[in-house]
Amino acid sequence: METFVFSVLNGVTYGLLLFMLSSGLTLIFSMMGVLNFAHASFYMLGAYFAFTIGAATGFWVALFLAPVLVGLIGAAVERWGLRKVHTNGHVAELLFTFGLAYLIEEIVKIVWGKLSIPYKIPPLLDGPAFTLWGTDYPAYRVFMLAVSITMLVALFLLLKKTRAGLIIQAALTHPAMVGHLGHNVPKIFMTVFGIGCGLAGLAGVIGGNYLVTDPSMAYAMGPIVFVVVVIGGMGSLAGAFVASLLIGLLQTFAVAVDATFFDLFGWAGLGAMTEVGRISISSLAPMLPFLLLVLILMIRPRGLMGDREF
Amino acid sequence: MKKFALASAATFALLVSSASAQEETFRIAYIEGMSGAFANVGDQGLKHFNYAAEKINAAGGINGAKVVVEAFDGQTNPRESLVQLQRAIDEGYQYITQGNGSSIASALIDGVEKHNKRNPDQPVLFLNYAAVDPAFTNDRCSFWHFRFDADADMKMGAITDWLEGQPDIKSVYIIGQDYSFGKAVAAAAEKMLAEKRPDIEIVGNELHPLGKVKDFTPYIQKIASSGADAVITGNWGADMQLLVKAAGGAGLEAPFLTYYGGGLSAVTAMGESAVGRVMQVSEFHENLDASEAQLEEIKTFEAQSGLDYYYERIFTLMDMLKAAAEKAGSNAPEDVALALEGLEYESPYGKVMMRADNHQLLQDLYLSILADDVAGTVEGTPFGFKTVENGKIDAAATETETTCQMSRPR
Amino acid sequence: MTDTALSPALGPTRSAQFRDRVLPFLAFAAVLVAIPAFGPSRTWLTLFNSMGINIVFALSYTMLLGRAGLLSFGHAVYFGLGGYLAMHLMAAIPEGVWGVAGVFALPVVGFAGGAVAGAVIGWPSCRRAGIPFAMISLGIAELVASAAFIFVSVFGGEEGISGDRMKWFDPIAIGGLEIDFTMGPLGDVYWFIAFWTFLATVLMYAFTRTPLGRMSEAVRDNPERAAFVGYNPQQVRYLVFIAAGGFAGVGGGMAAVNFEIFTPENLSLAPSGFVLLMAYIGGIRYFAGPILGAVVLTWMQSSFSAYTEAWLLYLGLLFIVIVMFAPDGLAGVVARLAKGVTAPGAAPRLGRWAGRTVAALVALTGVVVLVEVAVRWSGGYGETFEPFGLPLPADEPITWVLVGVPIALGLTLLRLAATGDEP
Repeated sequence: METFVFSVLNGVTYGLLLFMLSSGLTLIFSMMGVLNFAHASFYMLGAYFAFTIGAATGFWVALFLAPVLVGLIGAAVERWGLRKVHTNGHVAELLFTFGLAYLIEEIVKIVWGKLSIPYKIPPLLDGPAFTLWGTDYPAYRVFMLAVSITMLVALFLLLKKTRAGLIIQAALTHPAMVGHLGHNVPKIFMTVFGIGCGLAGLAGVIGGNYLVTDPSMAYAMGPIVFVVVVIGGMGSLAGAFVASLLIGLLQTFAVAVDATFFDLFGWAGLGAMTEVGRISISSLAPMLPFLLLVLILMIRPRGLMGDREF
Repeated sequence: MKKFALASAATFALLVSSASAQEETFRIAYIEGMSGAFANVGDQGLKHFNYAAEKINAAGGINGAKVVVEAFDGQTNPRESLVQLQRAIDEGYQYITQGNGSSIASALIDGVEKHNKRNPDQPVLFLNYAAVDPAFTNDRCSFWHFRFDADADMKMGAITDWLEGQPDIKSVYIIGQDYSFGKAVAAAAEKMLAEKRPDIEIVGNELHPLGKVKDFTPYIQKIASSGADAVITGNWGADMQLLVKAAGGAGLEAPFLTYYGGGLSAVTAMGESAVGRVMQVSEFHENLDASEAQLEEIKTFEAQSGLDYYYERIFTLMDMLKAAAEKAGSNAPEDVALALEGLEYESPYGKVMMRADNHQLLQDLYLSILADDVAGTVEGTPFGFKTVENGKIDAAATETETTCQMSRPR
Repeated sequence: MTDTALSPALGPTRSAQFRDRVLPFLAFAAVLVAIPAFGPSRTWLTLFNSMGINIVFALSYTMLLGRAGLLSFGHAVYFGLGGYLAMHLMAAIPEGVWGVAGVFALPVVGFAGGAVAGAVIGWPSCRRAGIPFAMISLGIAELVASAAFIFVSVFGGEEGISGDRMKWFDPIAIGGLEIDFTMGPLGDVYWFIAFWTFLATVLMYAFTRTPLGRMSEAVRDNPERAAFVGYNPQQVRYLVFIAAGGFAGVGGGMAAVNFEIFTPENLSLAPSGFVLLMAYIGGIRYFAGPILGAVVLTWMQSSFSAYTEAWLLYLGLLFIVIVMFAPDGLAGVVARLAKGVTAPGAAPRLGRWAGRTVAALVALTGVVVLVEVAVRWSGGYGETFEPFGLPLPADEPITWVLVGVPIALGLTLLRLAATGDEP
C-alpha cells in the first residue's frame, strides 16, 4: 500500500514535469509542424539561467526571470533562424533544431563547465512536507505539483478564454485564413515558439534542482519529450497531459515492481535462471515509453487525443 | 577554413615535436570520462595525477625524465576509451592509467594485451588506480596490468568483518550499478554474508543502469518498504551522489555501507542526515594519523586544486612507478613492470606491497564513518570520516587467493 | 522530367558515360592504393580506417535520406546489429591461416545482419514517410539500445563484446610467395578497409542506377504519382530500407574488425545523429556528398578534438550554416563553384563570391577567437589563447575588440553583398 501511494505521488510529480516540458512542444509542433529537437535544450537553459540569476537575486525572482529569458531566446531563434529555413520544408526545420541542440549544449559547457552545477532547492522548501509510514515526502515536490498545475490552468485559460488564445488556436489549424483576416501570422508563430520555449525553461527552473543540472540533461530528456507529444497526439494539450502522467506513472511503477520475467511468465515454462527469466521489470523502465511510442505510431498514428494524423 | 588548416598543421607539428622529445619525458595517458555524467570524477583524478607528477618532477623526475600526464576523454564508454587508447599509442605513449569503470578497464586490458602481442617491441603498460572488478587480478589477469586499489572482494571482506560484530543488523539491501563491478559487489556481498553472518537476510538485490538514473526516489522507496537495517552499495560518481541525495530527501534511516561514500560531492549531497550512518572502506581518509609533512602535503594539494585530497593510491602509484623505474634503471614498460612485481614501498600510511603473482597492491584498509567531531573535514562541510572501532584491516589480512596464471615475456 | 522516353541520341555519349560514371571510381581506387605509398604514420592510418567506415555508413544513410527521402534517427541500429553479428562470428572463427580470410570476409556477415534487421524493423516503420517515420526510427533506436543493455549474453551489457581479429601470426605462403598479411597490424587493416570501402561504394552507386534506386527517388518526390504509375511506395521504401540497412551493416562489419569491440552505445541515438550530420553536411543530393562529409567530419573529429575542446561547437555551427545557407551541402558548394567557373559571365560572379567569402572568413575569425578565448576561460587551467604568438587573455579589452570587430565587420559586409546581388 505504501509503495503504491508513494509511487503514485512520485509518478505524478515526474509526469507533471514532463507535461511542463512537452506542452510547449505540443503547441509549437501542432501549429508550425516543427518538431523542435532543441526543446529539451531550452529546458536545460532554464535550469542554468535560474542557477545564475538565482545566485544574484534568490530563487523566487529567478523562477520568473529565467523562463522569460529563455522565451526571448526562443523567439529570437524563430525570428532569425527557423523562419529562414521554413521555405525548405519541415525536414530542414527539424535538422536546424537538431543542430541547435548540439550548439546549445556546447555553449552551456563553455559558459558553465562540463560538470554538474550545485543548483540547489531553496532553503524554504528544503525539508519534508509530510511523513507517511515513516518516509518523508519532500516539500519541494509539493511545490512542483503546485507550479505545474498552476501552469496547466493558466495555459488552459489563455488558450480557451482570451482573444489571443482564440487567434492562436485558429492559426494552429488554418494559418492562411488567419493571415487573410489581417493577423500577422509570422508574429504569432514567433510568439508561440517563444512561449513554448519559455514553458520548457520553466520546467528547467523547477526540474533542474529536483534532478541534476548538467550539460547532459537535455540529451537525457530530449527523446522522452517527443514520446509524450506523439502519444498525446497532434495539437492536443489534454493528450499531452494524459500522456505525461501515463509515462510518469509507468516508469515509476516499473521501478517499484519487484518482479522478473520468470515471475510473470514462469507458468509458460520460462526458467528462473535463464537470461530472459532473470530480466526484472524495473530494468525495463527506461524502455517502456519508447515501446509505447512505436506501438502508438503503428496502431494509432494520431495519438491518444490528436484530432489529425501528422 | 584557413584557420582550421593552420590549427591542424599546428597539431601535427606538436605531435612530431612531442615524439622527438620523447627521450626526456615520461608520458602517461590518463584515459577517463572527461565529459558526461562522470566528468567530475575524471577531473578529480586528473588533478591528483598532475599534482603527483609535479612533485616527482620537482625531485628530478623519473630517471631524469619529466613526468607528463595527459588526459584523453574516453567518455566513460568502452569503445571510445579504446579509440583513445589507440590515439595515445599512436602518439607514442607507453603508459596508460584509468580507474573509473571496470567495463572500461576490461576493454583497456584487452586492448593493451592485443597491442602488446602484435607489437612486442612497443609494449604499453596499464596502471589501474580504481577499477576493482576482482576478475582483473584473477581469471583475466595480465602481465601488463597493475592494480593499485583493493579489489571489490577485499573491500567487501572489510565490510562483512565489521558486520560480524553488529548483531542489531538483521537484514541488508544491496543496490548497485548494472555492470561488471556492481555485479561483483553483489556477488561478494552474498557470498561473504553467507559465510560470516548466515542469519542476515538479504531483502533486496537491485541493479540500476549505470549513470542514467536521475531520480533515485523510487529505489529509495523500495529500500524503505523492504525494512532493511542496512544498505550495501558500490555506487560511485553521480550514481552515489544521487542515491544518497534521494535517501536524505526521503529521510531513510538505515546505515549505508559504501565503497565510495567519501567520493566526490557525496558528503555535500548527503549533508547532516548522513552523520553516523554512512560508512566507507578505503585506503585513506582525512583523519588518519600521519606525519606533519604529510598533513602539510594534503593542505598544499587542497589549496592548489580546490579539491579534497582523496586518492592516496594515485600518489602511491606514481611513487611506486618512479621507484620501479629507478630500480630497473630504465623507463621501458617491460623493465618497469618486472621491477614493480613484489616491490615494497613505504607510503605515508604504512608499508604497501605489489603482489608478483597477480599484480594486486596490498595496502592497509580502513572502515570509516561520517562524523561531525573530527579535525579533517571534507568539501567545506563540518563533517569528515573517522575510523570505526577495529576498523583498520592490515595489508596482509586483505590478501585473497588468486586464480591468476600469468604469462610473462621473460 | 520529360514525359517522352529519351531517344538514344539524347542519352549521354559513351565518353560522357565513362567520364561521369567510371572515371571517378578509377580515381577513387587510385587514391586508396596510393595512400600507403606515402608511408603514413599510425595516427594517419587510424584516421583513414575510421574514414573508410564512416564513408560506407554515411553513403548507406544517404540511400534513405537523399534518395528515398526518409529521415532516420536510428540508422546506427543496423550498423550496430551488423557489427554485433560480425563480432560474434569473429569470435567463432578458429585460429589458423583460413581465419585471415574469414575475418576479411566479415563485412558480408555485417551486410546480412543489417539487412535482416532492416527487413524486420522496416516492415512496420516504412508505412509512412516524413515525420512519423523519423519518430518511429527514434523510438526504435532507443528501444534497441536499451534492450541491448538487458540482453547481456548477446550484447555484452555495459562493457560490450570484444574480439580478436588476428587469427594467424606468420607470413602466409601461397605458391612460394610469402605474403605478410595477418589482419593484425594497422597497415593490414587499411587494405581491408580500403577494399570494402571501394566495393561498397561501387555497389551503392550501382544501386542508384537500378530501377529500384530510380523509383525510390520518384517515391520521395511524389508518392502519389509513383503509386499511379503502378509502384507501391510502401514497398519501394521497404526495399530501399533493407538495402540501406545492409550497407550500414557492411560498415558495422568493418568497424568490428577495426575496433574489435562493440557496445550497446554503438546502437544508440548519438552515432545515429553523427551519421546524419556526416551525410547532410556532405550533401545528400550528390552521390559524392556523404563521402566528402564523412572525410571532413572524421578528420575534424580526430584532429580538432585534439586541438580544441570546442570541436562539437564548430561542428554544430557548420551544420546550422549548411542547413540555413547551403542545403545541398559541401558537395553542392563545390558543384556550384565548378559551374560558376565554367559558365559564361564568370569573372563578375567569381568576384562577388570572393568578396562574400572574404566577409565570411572575417566573421569566422571573430567567432573562432571568441570560442577559443571562452573555452580557455571556462577550462579553468589558466591557459591563454595565443594565435600566432599573440596572447589574448579573457580580461583584456584587445581580446574583445578582436572578437567584436571582425564579427560586426564580416556580417555588415555580408549584408551589403546580399543587397548588391541580383534578385
